[in-house]
Amino acid sequence: MTTSQQDSQQDSRHDPRHDSQHERTTDAWNGFKGGLWRDAIDVRDFIQHNYTPYQGDAAFLAGPTERTLAVWRQITDRFPEERAKGVYDVAYDIPAGITAHAPGYIDRERELIVGLQTDAPLKRAIMPYGGWRMVAGALRTYGYPVPPELEKVFTRYRKTHNDGVFDAYTPEILAARKAGIITGLPDAYGRGRIIGDYRRVALYGVDRLIEAKRAEKAGLDAAPADPARLEEVIREREELAEQIRALGELKQMAANYGHDLSGPARTGREAIQWLYFAYLAAVKEQNGAAMSLGRTSTFLDVYLQRDLAEGVLTEQQVQELIDDFVIKLRIVRFLRTPEYDELFSGDPTWVTESIGGIGEDGRTLVTRTSFRYLQTLYNLGPAPEPNLTVFWSPQLPGGFKEFCAKVSIDTSSIQYESDELMRPHFGDDTAIACCVSAMPVGRQMQLFGARVNLAKTLLYAINGGRDEISGAQVGRATAPVTGDVLDYDEVLARFDEQMEWLAEAYVHALNVIHYMHDKYAYERLEMALHDRDVRRTMACGIAGLAVAVDSLSAIRYAKVRPVRDETGLVVDYLVDGDYPAYGNNDDRVDGIAVRLVEEFMEKVRKHPAYRGAEHTQSVLTITSNVVYGKKTGNTPDGRRAGEPFSPGANPMNGRDRHGYVASALSVAKLPYDHAEDGISLTNTVTPDALGRTDEERTANLVGILDGYVTCRGFHMNVNVLDRDTLLDAMDHPEKYPQLTIRVSGYAVNFVRLSREQQLDVIGRTFHDAL
Amino acid sequence: MAEPAVPAAPAEPAVPAEPAVTPAGAATRRAVTGMLHSWDLSTGVDGPGTRFVAFLSGCPLRCLYCHNPDTRNMRDGRRASVDELVQEAAKYTEFIHASGGGATISGGEPLLQPVLSGELLHRFKHELGLHTALDTSGFLGARATDALLADTDLVLLDIKSWDRALYRHLTGQKLAPTLDFARRLADLGKEVWVRFVLVPHLTDATENIEGVAAFTASLGNVTRVDVLPFHKLGAAKWRALGLDFTLADTPAPTADQTAAARAVFTAHGLHAV
Repeated sequence: MTTSQQDSQQDSRHDPRHDSQHERTTDAWNGFKGGLWRDAIDVRDFIQHNYTPYQGDAAFLAGPTERTLAVWRQITDRFPEERAKGVYDVAYDIPAGITAHAPGYIDRERELIVGLQTDAPLKRAIMPYGGWRMVAGALRTYGYPVPPELEKVFTRYRKTHNDGVFDAYTPEILAARKAGIITGLPDAYGRGRIIGDYRRVALYGVDRLIEAKRAEKAGLDAAPADPARLEEVIREREELAEQIRALGELKQMAANYGHDLSGPARTGREAIQWLYFAYLAAVKEQNGAAMSLGRTSTFLDVYLQRDLAEGVLTEQQVQELIDDFVIKLRIVRFLRTPEYDELFSGDPTWVTESIGGIGEDGRTLVTRTSFRYLQTLYNLGPAPEPNLTVFWSPQLPGGFKEFCAKVSIDTSSIQYESDELMRPHFGDDTAIACCVSAMPVGRQMQLFGARVNLAKTLLYAINGGRDEISGAQVGRATAPVTGDVLDYDEVLARFDEQMEWLAEAYVHALNVIHYMHDKYAYERLEMALHDRDVRRTMACGIAGLAVAVDSLSAIRYAKVRPVRDETGLVVDYLVDGDYPAYGNNDDRVDGIAVRLVEEFMEKVRKHPAYRGAEHTQSVLTITSNVVYGKKTGNTPDGRRAGEPFSPGANPMNGRDRHGYVASALSVAKLPYDHAEDGISLTNTVTPDALGRTDEERTANLVGILDGYVTCRGFHMNVNVLDRDTLLDAMDHPEKYPQLTIRVSGYAVNFVRLSREQQLDVIGRTFHDAL
Repeated sequence: MAEPAVPAAPAEPAVPAEPAVTPAGAATRRAVTGMLHSWDLSTGVDGPGTRFVAFLSGCPLRCLYCHNPDTRNMRDGRRASVDELVQEAAKYTEFIHASGGGATISGGEPLLQPVLSGELLHRFKHELGLHTALDTSGFLGARATDALLADTDLVLLDIKSWDRALYRHLTGQKLAPTLDFARRLADLGKEVWVRFVLVPHLTDATENIEGVAAFTASLGNVTRVDVLPFHKLGAAKWRALGLDFTLADTPAPTADQTAAARAVFTAHGLHAV
């Protein structure tokens, strides 16, 4: 398949007779059914009326073409240098913007879907609106000049999000942040976790979207009757003006690549290109912690099936378009500092794409293009991005389930989330932002809040709010726990007080952050692809759950004697006897975990959130479980100071003694209603622990996912790996350029993790057949 | 095949009687207890699907390649009741009904405690509605009552060697009871998976494998043969118990060797994996 062939097919719909926008729209929507979506911006309605559920198996899929492999090779050839240097290249002298960079290409002759963040592949942009310090620090780290004129602009004339936040932080928040009890806050980088409905650009074209935004803005022209709404309305009017401006820039950016986005996409290829341009505009401008794509495969399938039916494309050509699109998604890059990488290692971007699930009418949302997205893991090899996320339900078609399981076993590149839990909460046009955060596309956004360290909070409870490492008074000053043996009820009461303090300080910090983010680093393009009146959630999070829970279990069921230093600070614990550990499906201790999740959520809810956001929380660490562990002293469960926490909601390494199903069912007890932002479980098994033959492993993994979702489990990362492979990859990274492993909520190239993190991954409970 | 006559039930003095509290009638059934090594959830290794597996303590065999030597002695287990195990397994029935799978009684040698095993199988099957499997060497097959077998959906039967002298060398016991048990299961039409551990320089002689394969094929009730490549993951347990692991220098079979062994079974029309 050559480019020119696809180009000429593309041109068949490019008819000069259709000059007027109206005719162009009629042409683009030819054959589409339904009416609501024509009159209002409603992509879900379009999908529901036009998609074709696919019940079959994977036999129809096509492999990669020579063209695809040649384009991909040009990227993979650059990976060794990127890995060695940390970055491949940086456009250090141009502040990012939708139209800031000239068009860039991997291979202009061969690419089917075009567009890069800067003028060359893997060349990272600088995005100073989040904070200048992060940009300057990263440039120095990687040996690039820090342009003095930009430094002057962003330190003297143009305030950043980071500056604003630190103007408004309180001493209490600063102390909590410094001690590492509240960490990972998006106060120096983009908050991310906002998913623009990029499909809208393909379905409607930019002009129609601008028209709709103008109408929304006009609806706010009248001065509000309620004076309390005054600031809100002015802010919304300004934001809508910014959104309209961003849409205009999107059109301009696409025009620079030779595409006219004013009207709707007319072909499958255009639909992919339009949608990708919209996403590209977002990642050109925002260095968000997670820049997720949404739920696009079934939407695009409508266009691709139309082209297939009309004989315009073959299956091979359709797969080629998807492969080319996914190549682009794989090379999204942001310039970040080593400190950031320590928290979120492996250079993740969370280009999360949500696939599958069941519709509210009971039809599956799986289409052929759902398969095609997964097929890219074969055609291009395993990869951490895009973060392919399957919405699992026991009701999914058998052929799709089997293909997912097979791909997981072969590539360890898929994560699974319970469609059964999400659909009742969010409906069936929901996508995951980042790792486990569900939101209806274009109708809900979140204010990302990183997480607090519950294990450390427990130590504060024992020490009257003093930090166990520095001795400083960070938490609320309360009476420290006394006595030679820790008393469960006394510790619980003190813990409750510290959690009250923490929840208040935490929500306060998040309010400051999101106020400033809206003010100085507003996501105008992403929000232009939302409804005006969005539901906002304030996504809090907890880390160290397993350590806190096991510590409480030890205090309750064994005998824990505190060891105090000369200042009376408890610095160690002697544990006498056994205690039931979280991860064995034992209600005595799992009940403590459930209670902690509920209680912290309740405490968070007491404090009003910015812009009327609804509070949610996640049990997720990403890779920060390593950093959190470093910053936390000895704990009453016997864990030594500095040792990593378990990731996400996982039980502690090696304490789950009855196999991964028992372990998973402990996690499944955590109440989703009190952790609506997601509960992350990472499972790493050896192939033998799934069965003896390929067919058996596939069938058994399908069973495990059905079982977990049936038992109300929310999320599962599935890694099927041998420990020996990982050990070999540590010593010979060059042999494993694409070895992918899922960690809490995302996937990474194993060889791009720090040695410390690699050891943490290997040291985690590996469930084998013995 | 030439199988010499063997006694219907082995009378090995090495085999202790079951210490389980054995009630007289069904009314007091719930009081049954026995010696348990551990329980576990496993997938694809102890029968089909994901299974709740009770490992009972004690085994009359002393297999050279045993990977669970810590389950050999009954006294190393802990006393557990059927109630406790049924309660534990009940936590997984929702999962297992969705995932496919069941419950397996393993060990050790579960038939060393036939009352406990029988009671567990009965309640797993009838109270929890689970598919049941019995993982056994067959050496104590004569202790399995017809009632116990009626509550067993699948028997995982280890036939460790066809060569009798080798069997005794490998296990310290006789082969004949296992073969008797296999024939009894065939007569009952009970589904069986035969397991054969391929140990280089020990069980890998062609005539040895051929013997097991021919016998297995003659039964008619064996739906699958697991050819299990020898591994040394249990070596640490031997060391921890102060025991001498005599196969420390024996290599694991290569993939080709394992495939060749499977082919012997396949040639007899068996489904070997």
